[in-house]
Amino acid sequence: MRIVIAGNGKVGYALAVQLSKEGHDVTVIDNNESILERSQEQLDIMTVLGNGASLETQREASVGDAELFIAATSADEINLLCCILARKLGCKQTVARVRNPAYTEQMRFLKDDLGLSMTVSPDRSSAHAIFRVLQFPSFLKLDSFARGRVELVELSVEEGGALDGIALFNLYEIAKVKLLVCCVDRDGEVIIPRGSFVLKKGDKISVTAATRDLAQLIRNLSITSHRVKNVVICGGSLTAELLAAELIESRINVKILSHNRERCLHLSEALPKAIVLCCDYKDEDLLRSESIGQADAFIALTDYEEDNIVLSLLAERMGAKKAVASVDRAALLPLLQGKGSISIISPKYLAINEILRFVRALDKSSGGSMLTLHSIMEGRAEALEFHVSSDVRHLGEPLSKLPTKKDLLIACITRHGKIIIPNGDDFMLEDDTVVIVTKAGDVIYELNDIFAVG
Amino acid sequence: MNIRAIFHYIGHILRIEALLFLPSIGIAVFRRETSSAYAFLIAFVVTLVAGQCLLFAKPHDRSIHAKESFVIVTLGWIALSIFGCLPFIISGYIPSFVDALFETISGFTTTGSTILTDVEALPYSLLFWRSFTHWIGGMGVLVFMLAIVPQSKGSGDSLHIMRAESPGPQVGKLVPKLRFTARILYAIYLVLTVTEVIMLCAGGMSLFDSLIHSFGSAGTGGFSNMNLSVGHYNNPYFDIVIGVFMMLFGVNFTIYYRILCGNFKDVWKDEELRLYLGIMLGSSLLISLNIMPLFDNNFATAFRHGFFQVSTIMTTTGYSSTDFNLWPEFSRMMLLGLMIVGASAGSTGGGMKVVRVLMLGKSIRGTLQRLLHPNSVKVMRMNGQRVEDGVMHSVYSFLVCYIGVAAVSMLIVSLDNFDTTTTVSAVISCLNNVGPGLNAVGPMENFSSLSALSKLVLSLDMLLGRLEIFPIIMLFSPGLWKRI
Repeated sequence: MRIVIAGNGKVGYALAVQLSKEGHDVTVIDNNESILERSQEQLDIMTVLGNGASLETQREASVGDAELFIAATSADEINLLCCILARKLGCKQTVARVRNPAYTEQMRFLKDDLGLSMTVSPDRSSAHAIFRVLQFPSFLKLDSFARGRVELVELSVEEGGALDGIALFNLYEIAKVKLLVCCVDRDGEVIIPRGSFVLKKGDKISVTAATRDLAQLIRNLSITSHRVKNVVICGGSLTAELLAAELIESRINVKILSHNRERCLHLSEALPKAIVLCCDYKDEDLLRSESIGQADAFIALTDYEEDNIVLSLLAERMGAKKAVASVDRAALLPLLQGKGSISIISPKYLAINEILRFVRALDKSSGGSMLTLHSIMEGRAEALEFHVSSDVRHLGEPLSKLPTKKDLLIACITRHGKIIIPNGDDFMLEDDTVVIVTKAGDVIYELNDIFAVG
Repeated sequence: MNIRAIFHYIGHILRIEALLFLPSIGIAVFRRETSSAYAFLIAFVVTLVAGQCLLFAKPHDRSIHAKESFVIVTLGWIALSIFGCLPFIISGYIPSFVDALFETISGFTTTGSTILTDVEALPYSLLFWRSFTHWIGGMGVLVFMLAIVPQSKGSGDSLHIMRAESPGPQVGKLVPKLRFTARILYAIYLVLTVTEVIMLCAGGMSLFDSLIHSFGSAGTGGFSNMNLSVGHYNNPYFDIVIGVFMMLFGVNFTIYYRILCGNFKDVWKDEELRLYLGIMLGSSLLISLNIMPLFDNNFATAFRHGFFQVSTIMTTTGYSSTDFNLWPEFSRMMLLGLMIVGASAGSTGGGMKVVRVLMLGKSIRGTLQRLLHPNSVKVMRMNGQRVEDGVMHSVYSFLVCYIGVAAVSMLIVSLDNFDTTTTVSAVISCLNNVGPGLNAVGPMENFSSLSALSKLVLSLDMLLGRLEIFPIIMLFSPGLWKRI
């Protein structure tokens, strides 16, 4: 598929990486020459220098022949203008990044007039992801499949906890619900485990289970679970605002800390029920006097990723039951290793995933098309959801007999709305949807790719 | 300071006032009341001539700004009152200038306090004039002028006039053109008044009495042509109709405009309206329970009188369906408190205004939060809109000035050596444009026993209350008269 991306920033670049890896013809437009050069050198893509919202540049990038145009520059208005222009030139589908909530609300109203296929708002996605994490604070991360009926949750193995020292084939006896450990992060290394694998304290594990079993799972694994009632948000970004609004709607007390006075005034106006503090949030005395330690959850959403890491560590030390840090750079993640109560949210990955899901749904050419993809373990592994079509090989054969590639696991099968957490005796049939968990880097475009060659 | 433009505007006001004498002249002629007919005719001619004289001096520059607006509004109201009391003096029914001035200011400011011991002795034309001043003063003479007098093209300065005259901390337009805003307000006002007249007539009240009581409740004034006020009829239907209409006239008129535009959601969510209706209902219930023993423990009758009195006092009208001065102390204190709260901003009522009480309450909450969290930032919101700090400061200053004016007035009135309740309630009643007070100035009494000095002070209080203090204080501020 021919895809043009306007804007080579964080999101634009990451999209180009992933889309070109999935085999699409990608053209990137940006007005910064040095950034384009870097992309040109590292990726197998074409670049065009210029303003994405100008007709000339779009013609040069032959947007008219493209099937998809993605506008991911930093300005909403430019993104919208880009998309209108691309549409006029004959591009079939357009996706725009729109951050300003004032515009998001009118998008439903304008979508047809602007010819937009989809709008993405990284802030809204992250706010929602954090909100979901706070609903199940004992899990580090939640991703849903099969229209929300299956969850892939990340949790950490605590010392002396129910999971410490348990071999995976004995897991059912403890959990009493069907679940499958599909991925383990041990000391920074990602392992797709076999049945004989023994869990150890400090491991982070990814587990698939039916959504309705989650509450029972928490109980049976005697994971300490608390309802989040008081949340402290550090940083006054748009994500913080949207998250706070969502939390307040669920009757959760919210305290927001920001050092920017203008933002504070805005937040206080937009969120009358929140307590907004204008202060230096790195002042430990202040954090103590505002009783951060008593918070059920501490969310670090400042503009500086390093601060987010430090703040979440600090909050955890002071006694906050749960911490969430917004971090995009994978290189920083080892710093949070072994911290069981700190979740990480990457706005960049969330935004990209939303777009990738859309692209894959468009791309019907492959047999057994991919429905969703979630990066797990901070992008070091992936969970992919496929629809099983008739041309998939080895249908009806027990999974234990399948010649699958190494480090790959079938985590879940949905058949006629029924959820099967599979063991070796289960099998795939036509019209099922399956979730595959694999280490990132194994390129899987269609379901047949999971089988070892020859 | 553009003095010529100020005179020009006041000339307009006087010309309008001269025209407002005409209905009374008609009634005097129709009822063959010779002395008052002559009185009105003389007043008409004098006012018209005075107005024309002021208009002869054409200003070179008709543009007016904030400070001119304050002067126009204040001097305009004073001129209006002085010329308005002419018929009372000339006809000889109120020979003393101070008394006549008190009565006229009480009329224009929609207070409804009277110095007359026997209202029913007055001829129809004077009774009509008294109540007509309520109706004109309720929505504002200058707003009326804005509605009919063509403005200098393109100048937005007249909004200052509307701001200075209309009650409430924030005054805005309904439609882009000020003239049409003024017209819409008057149209709503007129329609509501006519509806009330029709409903009272339908209940069997004579047309003249209906007009008097409709003017009185529309302007939230309170002049009646009966010594016993509405209690004279002792008719539940009249109590309910007048009670409900007073309540309606105490609502911000922009609410009606929004209803006309079909914007019901905003209306339902309007914080001031909710608080206004809430206070009214809550106080009615409390007072009804308190006074039940006086009405043979009949809740329906108690509520009828309780609601009527709450409605009349809170909207600062000042009618009475029964002598509430005889009620238990709790109810009397409730009514005294409601006088201070007053009606909604942008209505015809007086008092502090519900919206200011609401803002002050919210600001207390903000202060508490700031004490708990010294770094916290709290933006005050009203109906989802941010309230700017400047508006808030003006509310604080208003409160301080209000208390100061009340304190000084009480001190002066206390020279008459009445009991504390009388002194305090007389000042609160006049400053909030209510009408009756308690004890010696209660609903069945009047203000005639006060000294001339007290009457003048109370007249000034009525003007201060109607124009919300600042325009009048401004007149005495040296800054206003400086050239630069």
